[in-house]
Amino acid sequence: MVTSQLTPEALLPAGAPVTLLAADGRPVPVDDLDLPDDEVLLALYRMMVHGRRFDVQATALTKQGRLAVYPSARGQEACQIGAVHALREQDWLFPTYRDSMAVAARGVDPVQVLTLLRGEWHSGYDPYRHRVAPQCTPLATNALHAVGLARAAVIKGEDTVALVMLGDGATSEGDTHEALNFAAVWHAPVVFLVQNNGYAISVPLAKQTAAPSLAAKGVGYGMPGIVVDGNDAAAVYAVVRRAVTAAAAGAGPVLIEALTYRMEAHTNADDASRYRSREEVDSWLARDPVTRLRDYLGGRGLLSAGARAELDAEAEAAAAQLRQRMQAEVRRDPADLFRHVYAEPPPALRRQQQELAAELAAFEEAGVRDDSDR
Amino acid sequence: MTAIAEHDQDVAAGRADAAGQAEAAGQAVTMAAALNLALRDALTTDDSVLVFGEDVGTLGGVFRVTDGLAAAFGPTRVFDTPLAESGIVGTAIGMAMNGLRPVVEMQFDAFAYPAFEQITSHLAKIRNRTKGRVEMPIVIRIPYGGGIGGVEHHCDSSEAYYTHTPGLRVVTPGTAADAYGLLREAIESPDPVIFLEPKRRYWTKEILWREDRTPLDRAVVRRPGADVTLIAYGGALGTALEAADAAETEGRSVEVIDLRSLSPFDDETVTASVRRTGRAIVVHEASRFCGYGAEVAARVSEQCFHYLEAPVLRVAGFDIPYPPPSLEEYHLPSVDRILDAIERLQWQDTAAALRAAS
Repeated sequence: MVTSQLTPEALLPAGAPVTLLAADGRPVPVDDLDLPDDEVLLALYRMMVHGRRFDVQATALTKQGRLAVYPSARGQEACQIGAVHALREQDWLFPTYRDSMAVAARGVDPVQVLTLLRGEWHSGYDPYRHRVAPQCTPLATNALHAVGLARAAVIKGEDTVALVMLGDGATSEGDTHEALNFAAVWHAPVVFLVQNNGYAISVPLAKQTAAPSLAAKGVGYGMPGIVVDGNDAAAVYAVVRRAVTAAAAGAGPVLIEALTYRMEAHTNADDASRYRSREEVDSWLARDPVTRLRDYLGGRGLLSAGARAELDAEAEAAAAQLRQRMQAEVRRDPADLFRHVYAEPPPALRRQQQELAAELAAFEEAGVRDDSDR
Repeated sequence: MTAIAEHDQDVAAGRADAAGQAEAAGQAVTMAAALNLALRDALTTDDSVLVFGEDVGTLGGVFRVTDGLAAAFGPTRVFDTPLAESGIVGTAIGMAMNGLRPVVEMQFDAFAYPAFEQITSHLAKIRNRTKGRVEMPIVIRIPYGGGIGGVEHHCDSSEAYYTHTPGLRVVTPGTAADAYGLLREAIESPDPVIFLEPKRRYWTKEILWREDRTPLDRAVVRRPGADVTLIAYGGALGTALEAADAAETEGRSVEVIDLRSLSPFDDETVTASVRRTGRAIVVHEASRFCGYGAEVAARVSEQCFHYLEAPVLRVAGFDIPYPPPSLEEYHLPSVDRILDAIERLQWQDTAAALRAAS
């Protein structure tokens, strides 16, 4: 029994990735997709400048010992900012550990974004405040959460779309398969955005899949797959926006694959030169997503040198503020260990908390330095 | 609504009434019917409750625990999912994030393992990860244990995997009344609950009262006694009670505790009993090594050492993969094996006498 109303051909991605701005910033006409408004493009540019500066700052903080680790997304600004900006206020974002820029772009305080990587707590922000799920470290598990949340929204009669971010490596996980399948069967308002940066840490895509493209997998679930130029913020925004609008109107889920590249290593602890050639990295540096949008806006006379400098200064000031706030020592309270395990701590857990408190009190009495109030 | 749907709904309502009327009339109902009634009452009381899983809709579940619910509450509240356990638990998590209270079914114990990552890395931790901002009021119903002649992968006692995961509540009813009372409490709990249903006790009958709720964290003395405490739960509870009766005829007064809540553990009820009797045996179907009984024995020894006349013993399954039906009777704790363990509780010797003799 064929359940999809669309033919397999209609669900397959087009031959070439959707591009609205070429690498040199020249607009590329596309039949069924308009270039976003100038206002949107200027907002995207501003957010990307901020996003990149935030990302560079976070990597620097690892070198100062202020962050335990940071997985950079430099080079993936168009994907993260383009997608987040395409969401409406009532929509939800389900990010991974590499999507800090996206989380910050959604309005979450950057210090709270970094709570996890600072080693302070597993997540630092209230998911309900900006409708951003905790950044997910296990791969692809967040895709199922997005599908469930979206399905619940339909049950409750709410107009909400869930956007889940995945990497190319995560598409090999079973949960990606289950999430795509559940979303399609349930016709749930979910947008799957795969940021295909070519590598799962060191493993190239060729060792990850034999599919013609990751978006092509959509047809197997009965949902459309779209490949977009992931370094073209205009295209990512337009494609995600269209998918969000369609999903909200009841058209079901969409699988979007954004072709991009992480300019940095997997994290500050990784050495990407062991698996990527200098030539390859250079070829992608030449396709910088921030430069691309800047060149377009500059060429159109929408972004003067003065305005650019002003934006750069603004991002620099935000980074300085973040740097300064991150100098504060992490507040530690050993009692936090026992809070929020259950709604009410069971008696045995209360006893363990008392044991730890007694142990610390004994240390203090013995004159052992107690730095728990750092 | 079609005529067929209306017919189904009438039939379902009739069946519901059967369990409900039996309850009202003070007649005994099976554990399966009690669970069905609990789901039905929860669905009626709270619009945010959903029931879903594999075959729980039209079929009513392979054990018929969800019989008639889809017809009575419609496909938005009670529905079949694709056959994928990680998907079932993972989407339940997303639904709970959005204010619903999913009650999901894993068809059999061993078929819950694909959901293990969602359960241990997310379900159990999201409250903690978000400092209490996101609650996970989810119940995962899992028919578990053997004794029904099930083939491979249908008889696992998987409780220790879950009890070793902080953040989860793990409960298992031993009687029909507790099945009703525990499931209602589990669904109302703000914490995620692994609800283990002992398959071999699905068809045991008991009179239940819907007003009686079973607290999620309390064990109960099922049978009072003075000489030894048998600590049991779920499928092995019936065996422990039978063994207690048999021991009585041999002059041993045996107390039987039904743990009901495996996590958190009710230290108070258990240690009070063991301090009175001075002897304790843990009984469960699961393998002994690193089994749930190891924790019970350790806790009892730590907290009751000066009251104990003998080491805390375990009567458990062997350390083997669950055997095929033809051999399962040799594996499962039996009345005889429990009686043998009781006899090994140092009735003649006392520690002082042993010290004097050495």
